[in-house]
Amino acid sequence: MKKSLTFGLTLVSALALSQPVLADTLAKVKQSGSITMGIRESSYPLSYLDDKQQPIGYHIDICNRIVDTVKTKLDLKTLKVAHQAVTSQNRIPLVTNGTVDLECGSTTNNAARQNQVAFAPTVFITNVRMAVKKSSGITSLSQLNGKPVATTTGTTSVQLMRAHEKGKGIDFKEVYGKDHADSFLMLETDRAVAFVMDDNLLAGLIVTSKNPSEYAIVGETLNIEPIAIMIRKDDPQFQGLVNTVIKDLAKSGEIDKLYAKWFMSPIPPKSANMNFPMSDTLKTALNNPTDAPAEQFNVKK
Amino acid sequence: MNYHWNWGIFLEQVKGGDETYLNWLFTGLGWTLAVAISAWLIALSIGIGIGTLRTAPNKGLAWFAATWVELFRNVPLLVQMFLWFFVVPELLPREWSLWVKQDLPAKEFITATLCLGLFTSARVAEQVRAGIQSLSRGQTMAGLAVGFTLTQTYRYVILPMAFRIIIPPLTSEFMNIFKNSSVAFAIGVMELTFQARQMQEDSEQGIETYLAVTVLYFICAFIANRGMAFLEQRTRVPGFIASAK
Repeated sequence: MKKSLTFGLTLVSALALSQPVLADTLAKVKQSGSITMGIRESSYPLSYLDDKQQPIGYHIDICNRIVDTVKTKLDLKTLKVAHQAVTSQNRIPLVTNGTVDLECGSTTNNAARQNQVAFAPTVFITNVRMAVKKSSGITSLSQLNGKPVATTTGTTSVQLMRAHEKGKGIDFKEVYGKDHADSFLMLETDRAVAFVMDDNLLAGLIVTSKNPSEYAIVGETLNIEPIAIMIRKDDPQFQGLVNTVIKDLAKSGEIDKLYAKWFMSPIPPKSANMNFPMSDTLKTALNNPTDAPAEQFNVKK
Repeated sequence: MNYHWNWGIFLEQVKGGDETYLNWLFTGLGWTLAVAISAWLIALSIGIGIGTLRTAPNKGLAWFAATWVELFRNVPLLVQMFLWFFVVPELLPREWSLWVKQDLPAKEFITATLCLGLFTSARVAEQVRAGIQSLSRGQTMAGLAVGFTLTQTYRYVILPMAFRIIIPPLTSEFMNIFKNSSVAFAIGVMELTFQARQMQEDSEQGIETYLAVTVLYFICAFIANRGMAFLEQRTRVPGFIASAK
């Protein structure tokens, strides 16, 4: 018993004391001849699987550009691109431990995460708002006092809702789905009158639901969140390459074409159109690409 | 590994709130204990009844008890959670259904406790049955021979011995209920696993979070284990079948 306790303590302190080393993704890619992209299976339309189970989406297109540039820069004849599906829970550990080199999902860039990882300049911005059934007549968060409101466990929306309640002195009855599909099911089955989440995810869920015309995205914005491609921290060469690729895409206007392709036109698998025009915040951010965390987008007025 | 350690995270304030992460974990622990202990009371009371019925001479009662056990034992706990939470309310008349879905107070807690209690009741029932059947038939016969009714024979002869025999497997079951209560996060009970996910998302200190949660679950299960060991020792009767040592 005592021995195992000592062993446990040694293990924990060894873990705690291991110093972060400078990462060098480019050297790793050159040596192994392969690069691993982290992808999401259903982050519509940033990163998801098509009917042939291949990753596609806005972020995937951009990551493919980065991968092409890596190949040219390292002067490699062939570069094997591996895809690793990630979830909200494991994406950061998989990047920090070296399994994933380039996470192309739908990760919010915020200050807490910048302690663990680094981000590419923001190419998409989401607003946290709510989806409701049109028939409910709800148009503002203030109408939700005493009503059940859904969100997904383990997301930033949970805290945003609590902060909003405290600030405005109102009281939602919060209900939690274990993933976005569950939370939407709560709205669909009248278990909740509203579902608070990133507006692009809500738009995606609505477009793919049974009766898209029944739902609307309404109300105030609870938070503005820059969504970005994630890479390892303390890796100046790779960070520099990623920054250059994205700045070039923004400068040449190619990013607008990619945006139109994924957000303003019919996309697989259902040929649905998200009809999700570029927000002014995103236009401003693309004029001067930056990896500023969410906190800087939400400075209290 | 490029991990940024921060063991002080537990005392830091959560984003946009005035509590610490430690408060979150303790709130979660409170709900875990509430779900586990309430579910255990349901599981014990129903499990003892059903387990006894399984050994009843009446075929109908025994069949009912066997069906109960198989129903709750053959479906995964997570699926049962979803069935109670998402499916059962839809089968009710519309007004009741809306009431259950929107106005029932603490509906996640009630659903999770009921579900976990019924699931565990099937397992407790099997142990009670095993305990009863491990006794020789002579015990029942002797009880009846001295003029007890069947109910009295169970009450004064069979069950006191059977319960003592099954304390060790019941200990495992009692420990399991703390660990199984983590499934309740899936329907939105704000228990320990829920708070851990929330804390990981909020603080991005996943390893510290899950290590702390591991320790808390371990302590819960270990206290349950020691409590049952104490009970086992206190209820030991010299000369009874389960009084070895």
